[in-house]
Order: sequence, then C-alpha cells, then structure tokens
Amino acid sequence: MDAYLTDVVVPTMRERFGVEPTVFRDEVSVMVPPERLTEAAQVLRDELGFDALLDITGVDYWPEGQPRFHVVYQFYSYTHNVALRVRVPVEEDAAQVPSLVPLYPSANWYEREVWDMFGIAFEGHPDLRRILMPYDWVGHPLRKDYPLGYEEPQFSFNFDDIERRKPRPRA
Amino acid sequence: MLERMEITVDDLRHLVSERALTGETMLLNMGPQHPSTHGVLRLLLELDGEVIVNCVPDIGFLHTGIEKNMEAKNYIQAAVMTDRMDYLNTVGNNLAYALAVEKLLGIDDIPERAQIIRVILAELQRIASHLVWLGTHALDLAAMSVFLYCFREREMILGIFELVAGQRMMTTYIRPGGLWRDVPAEFEAAVRQFIDYFPARIDQYEALLTENPLFLQRVKGIGVLKAEDAIAHGATGPVLRGSGVKYDIRKARPYSGYETYDFDIPVRPEGDVYARYLVRMEEMRQSLKIIRQALDRLPRTQGQPVRTPNRKFVPPPKHEIAHSMEALIHHFKYWTEGFHAPKGAVYAAVESPRGELGFYIEGNGGPKPQRVHARTPSFANLQLLPMMAKGHMVADLVAIIGSIDIVLGDVDR
Repeated sequence: MDAYLTDVVVPTMRERFGVEPTVFRDEVSVMVPPERLTEAAQVLRDELGFDALLDITGVDYWPEGQPRFHVVYQFYSYTHNVALRVRVPVEEDAAQVPSLVPLYPSANWYEREVWDMFGIAFEGHPDLRRILMPYDWVGHPLRKDYPLGYEEPQFSFNFDDIERRKPRPRA
Repeated sequence: MLERMEITVDDLRHLVSERALTGETMLLNMGPQHPSTHGVLRLLLELDGEVIVNCVPDIGFLHTGIEKNMEAKNYIQAAVMTDRMDYLNTVGNNLAYALAVEKLLGIDDIPERAQIIRVILAELQRIASHLVWLGTHALDLAAMSVFLYCFREREMILGIFELVAGQRMMTTYIRPGGLWRDVPAEFEAAVRQFIDYFPARIDQYEALLTENPLFLQRVKGIGVLKAEDAIAHGATGPVLRGSGVKYDIRKARPYSGYETYDFDIPVRPEGDVYARYLVRMEEMRQSLKIIRQALDRLPRTQGQPVRTPNRKFVPPPKHEIAHSMEALIHHFKYWTEGFHAPKGAVYAAVESPRGELGFYIEGNGGPKPQRVHARTPSFANLQLLPMMAKGHMVADLVAIIGSIDIVLGDVDR
C-alpha cells in the first residue's frame, strides 16, 4: 500500500473525523456520516490533495441492512497517485446527503444517477433530475425491492395493458 | 402505489437562459437520431443565431439496466453482460470486470501467458476502437474516404478476434481467472501480419488529415478544455491527455503486466479537438509498440496454462472430468452455483480507449454480487460537453462530440 496513504491520509482522517479506516485488498475506505461529508471532502481536496472525484455510486442493503443505503465515493489524487473510498450510510426515510457539486463538479451527473437509481436525494444539487430513466418514471430501479422486470415495445393498442403491468416498487 | 411524477416547465427553466423564455434565442433539439451524435444522444441546444448559448445533454436512451441484471446473475454469467456496455471496447470491458472479480476473490496467480494474451487483445481493441473514432470523426468533418479505410483495417482486427474467440465483437474471451481457452496456432502470424501492415496505414490517415487545411480549420482552437477543468470534471483518457495531463492508468496503476512494457504516453497541451486527435493517433502507434513486445514474449510461454491453477474459480480441463471425481465436482459447482465471493468491496480500473473504465464490485459472501457498478469513461467525459460547446457554432459541436469519442452504450449502460 502507498506510504502517503498509510502515513498521511489515514492518520488525518482518524484524527479529524474519528473514523477507523478499513482495508480490504489494499484498498482503504472510511465511513463518514452524511452530516460530515462536506467537511471531509473539503479536507480531502484542499489539504490531502485528492483532486478528482472519479465515481459515486450507491449500494442497497435491503431488507436487513441498517441503515439501508451506502453512498460510495471514489476519490483519487493525481498528485500522489492514491485512491480513497468514502462510504456514507444513509437511512431510507431521511435519504438525504449533501451534494459535492460545489467542491467537485464531476459529482453532478453521478449524483443525478444515484438519485435516479436509488432515490437518494442530494441536498444543494443544482439540477437534481432523473438522468437515465425517463423523466416520468416511477420508482428507483436499482433498489433491491424493485423487481427485475421486462419491458414490452409500446404501441397504441397495448398502451393501457403495459401501463397496468409496469414493474413498480412494493409500496 | 406511487403517483405518476409530472414535470412542469418550471422544473426545467433553469436549464436555459432568460433570453430563451422571451424568444430572443432559439431552442433546437438535436438527436437522438442525428447521425453525428454517434448513437442516441439527444442535445437540447439554445442558439443565438448559430452560436450555442446553452447545451443540455439528455441521455438514457440506451439504458439497459445492465447493473441491475448483473445483481441477479452469478459472477460468471455477469461477465457476458460487460461486452454489451461499450460495444467498441468489448475485450477491455471483459478485462476490467475480470480484474475486479479477481481482486475481490484474491486471485493473484494469473499465468504469464494469459497476461500477455490479455495485453495483446486489449491493445488490438484499442486500435480498433480508435479506428471507429477516427473514421466517424473524419466523416462528421466531411472526409469520407478515411471512414472507408478505417473500417477496412478494423475488419482485420475483428478477424483476429473471430480467430481466437469465434466471435467478432462480443467475445467474452477474457474471464475471471484467466482466458476462455488458449489462442490457436495461427494467432501469432495473424497479429504479426496486422502490425506489419498497419504503420503504413496510420501514415496514410495522417497524410489525409493531419496537415489538411480543411480539417485544421474545423478542429484547431475548437472546444478548448483546460487541464484543471478536465480534472475537476472527472475527464480521463485522451480527453485528459489532450489537455496536457500526463496520466495513463497503464503507467500510474499498472495491471496485467503493463509495467514491463516500454511505451510512451502521448500528451498535448492545447486541449482542443486537434490535440485530442493527435493524442489518439499517437496512441495507435504506441499500442502497436506494446503488441510487438508482447508478441515477442508469447512463443516462450507456449503450452503454459492460461487460467489460474485454483480450480475453485475456473472450470477444470475437460479431459480431467472423465477421470477425476474432484474435477467433476468442481465442474458441476462452477457451472451451476458458481463460486462464492467474500464480503467486501473492490474497485479495479483499466485504461479503456476512452479513459478510466472501473468496476466497483461488492460481494456479500454468496455466488451473486451485492452490487456491480461500472464507472464508465464516456459518462464522465460527456459531462464536459456543455462546457466545451458554449460559444461555438453548431457545426463545431459536431467536431467536439466526435473528439470526446463517446459510445452511448458506455454512457447509459
């Protein structure tokens, strides 16, 4: 594992946020609560040199997971050539995470994708619309309680039929 | 049951300027069936005369729910779906997925022969992908013949894929734990024939385009992207290198033995469409250099296995099944239930022709993944389009889209 990660990044995160990093297959991830995410991203960008946010995605642990979702951020530093993963646990009812668009513009589409697929809203996002699914789609497909369905080509004669059978999340 | 969501005009008003609402500027819909959007990309353009004031990409027309589908399949079955994401980089997608699964399983004994073949195929795929990019990019800018030449050469590469995998595009040849099977005896000669033939062809494309004044007028100074913007917006690959950032995953975080090959990373500081063009042209030459080195190593690994010896994760050789009870059990377990992956999350990335292609895989201890997410380069790079397009003409937008080299299957997954 990279010395910069073990000697600088991990101690800083431990000191400032009281988080114990987990290491799996040489990859370091830290768990940060949603209310401290903006602060953590600020430290990562300005003090630790993580200049790129390469990916944001969500994971759904339904039905037994507590809290239900994790939002997973992949930070990367071009200067030091190290990667760090930040996981943010999110409850289903208060599915609300601060948006990182002001700090990392690349978060824009990724957060829209997570909103579209998991229904996790990002507070302060400039343009939180669906991105992959049609704008009037109901439900969030990558949630585990959303059935893996099929879609029939839609014509005028079977429109009502399809509308009735469309996969929907169990309410 | 949830109520149907309605979107009102007010929800979309922030996408365009005030002038569009008074009718001073024009709103124009470009795509999703427009030939120069390279697939089903829809752009909402706000135009002042012919100058772009705002550009709002609308994606998702090719969304096939591959990530959702992968959660419902075991790790072996899910490999087949990776081909269908970026259909111009099928071998590279297999490689990224295989690397991620191998990392999750902790397999680190992929035989040398498999590594070499992986590198050869990945680089051939890079050339094939760049040929499609070059052909369509030039076609957008009204250079018809380049398109025909590029597709002629691409046929040779697809022929090599057919030779090794029986398939021209959706090969699923690189699999977690190694390769599907060893390459046939004709493989080396076929690749050698291609790499001897191809350098002269690159010169031919460059003779047609690189100093052609008609081409230069369309690409120089168009769609300029600064290095800090490229990094902040998550751009990778030739888009990033065209803006002067010398970064390539094959060098920075090597995989499959790339650290043992001698090659350069082409970089251009200008950040315009022309810079990205030059970067990709040079990348094709560098890929040839890598293939040549890899081919020289191939003969001495003749007869060596192409899969990890750990039978828990790869199918046993067919001839063993008739004699060994153990092999039969492995065979049965592998093809029915599949292997169990440990709890934990990994992220493995490769340098695809378009940039950083990463797979985030989370295992839950069972035979099916908890979550598979593909970090696709086209998705991230396309985010930069509105920024690059502002202030340019509609005709320049076509050049900029071509220079980002998006594949909509890669954007939407």
